[in-house]
Parts: sequence; structure tokens; C-alpha cells
Amino acid sequence: MAFAPSEEPVALKILVAGGFGVGKTTLVGAISEIRPLRTEEVLSDRGVGVDDTDGVEAKTTTTVAMDFGRITIREGLVVYLFGTPGQERFWFMWDELSYGALGAVVLADTRRLTDCFPSIDYFEQRGTPFIVAVNCFDGADRHEAEDVRIALDLDPDVPVLLCDVRRRASAKVVLVTLVEHALKMLTAAQR
Amino acid sequence: MSGPQWMDEEAGPVVRPYALTGGRTRPSGEKLDLIAIVTTTGSRPEGGTGIGPEQRRILEIASHGASVADIASDVDLPLGVVRVLIGDLHDLGLVGVRDPGKTAPLPSARLLREVINGLRAL
Repeated sequence: MAFAPSEEPVALKILVAGGFGVGKTTLVGAISEIRPLRTEEVLSDRGVGVDDTDGVEAKTTTTVAMDFGRITIREGLVVYLFGTPGQERFWFMWDELSYGALGAVVLADTRRLTDCFPSIDYFEQRGTPFIVAVNCFDGADRHEAEDVRIALDLDPDVPVLLCDVRRRASAKVVLVTLVEHALKMLTAAQR
Repeated sequence: MSGPQWMDEEAGPVVRPYALTGGRTRPSGEKLDLIAIVTTTGSRPEGGTGIGPEQRRILEIASHGASVADIASDVDLPLGVVRVLIGDLHDLGLVGVRDPGKTAPLPSARLLREVINGLRAL
């Protein structure tokens, strides 16, 4: 492996998780320079090919667009945001995405609170610092953050906050809350 | 049989992205993390090493250090393809790769404070 000069950039990774349609793409777009990023998955054999594929290795892939944003804190220090895909068939990507991640924002929609259970379970098990941000959709009943904490059976030290991910200022508060939480966990671990 | 019904619009078109890699879907070395930093070593590609235009473009982007995700976005190729191409460049000694998750699994408190202040100032 190469040895880097000291001015080499430092990159940090923050994940944005939550159910389908909860506002992950909106959050990434509200706060960062959003960039196109495609990954691919191997399609299962069923559904592939009308053609006779005998003797041909039938490995067909489809590309999937990922939410990907970058925030330049200063020259040489960049925070990357990755949206974790919401559907079950993308679970294989989670381990890779969460490897080395600073922390995760779990976006919740109070109308479909159960959608964020899998994300919460996952980060709890991995010990990844995470916060729950309740995206306040128009027309949805306003719930207090504490009600959400009880409904999700969260540890008392996991921050829960209400947000509107369409607003940049709100998205900023969400990210700051997460990094502060990660810092708190880090200093607690070092004590 | 009709096309696969279970693909939603997020799935995008079915393509053959591995034509550029000679059909290889895995990089020759370890799997590169999304935010691993790729930096050119300064060695120049020798003639006859079979470096394609995409790899030349990657060398350009990585001349000051760039993450795997940024490179994939810049060259507009799927991640898996870019990983194979970077793996080849690494084997040729043209780029070095630093995986932040391996060298320092957790960022330092100082760095986190810097990020908090930076985010507030956005």
C-alpha cells in the first residue's frame, strides 16, 4: 500500500437511513452538493433472459442510483453522505456502507414508524452512533420527540429530534446533532 | 415471458457495465471502500500496459487524491466497474490506496469538533 503525504484529504462518512419515501434524498440534497453515483446488483437468474443462454455465463447486472452527497468542511476535509437503500433487496449494501461510518441519521415518518425499525436494529447491533430525526410531513399529526422515543423503545441517550428535511437549516441541525452524539460516544468510550 | 416485473424505476436500465473490465466483477486485490482515498504514485504508465481512456481519466482525478465514490461519480461509471479499474492501476503501481476505516477506525475528537463547527458555518 502507498504511504500518503500529510496533505492527503480526510474523508468521513455519514449514513442516511430510513424507510422508502421518508425523505432521504431530500435531506441529502438540502445540505450537500448532490452527485450522481451508480452501483450495481446482480440480478437473480429468474427473470433474466428470453434468449438461450446455454454455455454463456448468465450474470446480468442492473445499475442502481444511490443518494450520494458531499460537504466540503475545508480543503482536505470532506464529509460524504450516503443514503442507505430502503428496500430489502439492497440489504447486501448495508455492511459496506456502514463500514467506517462516523454515524447514521435514521429518518422516521410518524405515519409509518415501523419502517425505521430495521435501520434502528441494524445500527444498535453494530454500535454505530445514530440519531432519529422525525421528518414532519404536511398533514401528519405532530408528535413530540419523546412520544417517538417511547414508540421506538430507544435508549435514553439516543437523540430524537423533529425536522423538516426540505429546509437547509433543519438538515444542518440534524447533521450537527449526529456528529455531536458521535463525539459524545467517542469521549465516553475513551474515558 | 415479459420483462422482470419486480424492478421499480429506481433499478434503472439493465446494462452491461463490465465490458470495460473484460468481464471481471471483482477487483484483483481487496475490496475498496467507498471513501478510500486513491492517490497517484507519480509513476507513469508504461507503453503496452493496456491502460484505457477511463483509467487515464481516473489517474487525472486521483492526482491530488480522491475518494472511490468521487471517482465513480466523476467518470460516471458504476462503482463495481470503477473498483476493478482502480484495482488494476494499483497492481501496476500507478496509484496508492488509503482506507480510512482501516488506518483509523474512529475519527479523532478534534476532527469531529472541526466537522461540527464546519457544519454550523455552512
